[in-house]
Amino acid sequence: MRLAGIITGIALLTAGAVLATEIPPAERRSGYSFMTSDTKAMQDDDTSNPGMLWVLDGEALWNRRLGAADKACADCHGDARTSMKRVAVSYPAFDKALGRPVDLEQRINLCRANHQQASPLPYESRDLLALTAFVAQQSRGLPIETGSDPQLAPFVARGRELFMQRQGQLNLGCTNCHDDNWDKHLAGSAITQGQPTGYPIYRLEWQSVGSLQRRLRNCMIGMRAEPYPYGAAEHVNMELYLMWRARGMKLETPAVRP
Amino acid sequence: MPSALINVPRQAKRGDIIEIKTLMSHIMETGYRHLASGEVVPRDIITSFSCRYNGTEIFRADLFPAIAANPFITFFTTATESGKFEFEWIGDKGFSETASASISVE
Repeated sequence: MRLAGIITGIALLTAGAVLATEIPPAERRSGYSFMTSDTKAMQDDDTSNPGMLWVLDGEALWNRRLGAADKACADCHGDARTSMKRVAVSYPAFDKALGRPVDLEQRINLCRANHQQASPLPYESRDLLALTAFVAQQSRGLPIETGSDPQLAPFVARGRELFMQRQGQLNLGCTNCHDDNWDKHLAGSAITQGQPTGYPIYRLEWQSVGSLQRRLRNCMIGMRAEPYPYGAAEHVNMELYLMWRARGMKLETPAVRP
Repeated sequence: MPSALINVPRQAKRGDIIEIKTLMSHIMETGYRHLASGEVVPRDIITSFSCRYNGTEIFRADLFPAIAANPFITFFTTATESGKFEFEWIGDKGFSETASASISVE
């Protein structure tokens, strides 16, 4: 039964490439290209990009010893500039022990639990966002490679199903806006393609850095659907599908978005 | 852990007009928001920013609740001599942060 599900999933995935609603690779655009020149300028200059404040905090945390093991990230991983390069562009990644994909935030918390013997950081806490932003920033400018691991295929397919599925009181699927209508506007705001190229992002609306899961929850509330809780497998599958959908696009972390 | 990002050109020619950019980490809580329980979230903002160039104040700004979180303040000055820019942010709840940057002027 499960195997049958996986096979259908893979079949869906392959069929997906030819569906008219999906965005052809050449037409994919980062959220950056939908922004005004002011917001672009804010992202482009590291001294005006507030996301860099989180990156700075993350760098300090990277070198701070903590937990029962009294270890810092740097004690195992060394200089993040080399060891964390290309890491964020392949997340969410398959975790063998758990048998499912984990996103970057979950990987950091797994590392804290297993190697630092410290308590996990809560989702959307400043420290977790800072560490995630710092790790992801090391891959800035590199093309996204998520989903190249064949073990991830069934999870990508599940994420895609969620992306296509209509939900909430407005009965909308993610695809209805982000595949079908990305060249239009919704109440004055550009509808983007939903390419997750800069997470964690500094969102002007939030006045803060936030994760892709927070952004997904925002969209679900907008569709008047019940958002999944932070850390839910559905979230990770959707993150995985979105990153797979954006493969080849350049990572911009920390991006600024309106 | 408040942190600041400062952008001052390292070198300039005497008489050059240079741009100084500063970004300070701060929540800038307006004092006008309420919790679900009805309690007012107390105001917590930066109230004053100043910049000294070799001890002389060259720029000062008062900040108010309408200013967004993580205030980005940028201004221009004339490079007159080598030395140091000192920045200071003062705010509610005893907030006080400083930062500095050097410039060499030929």
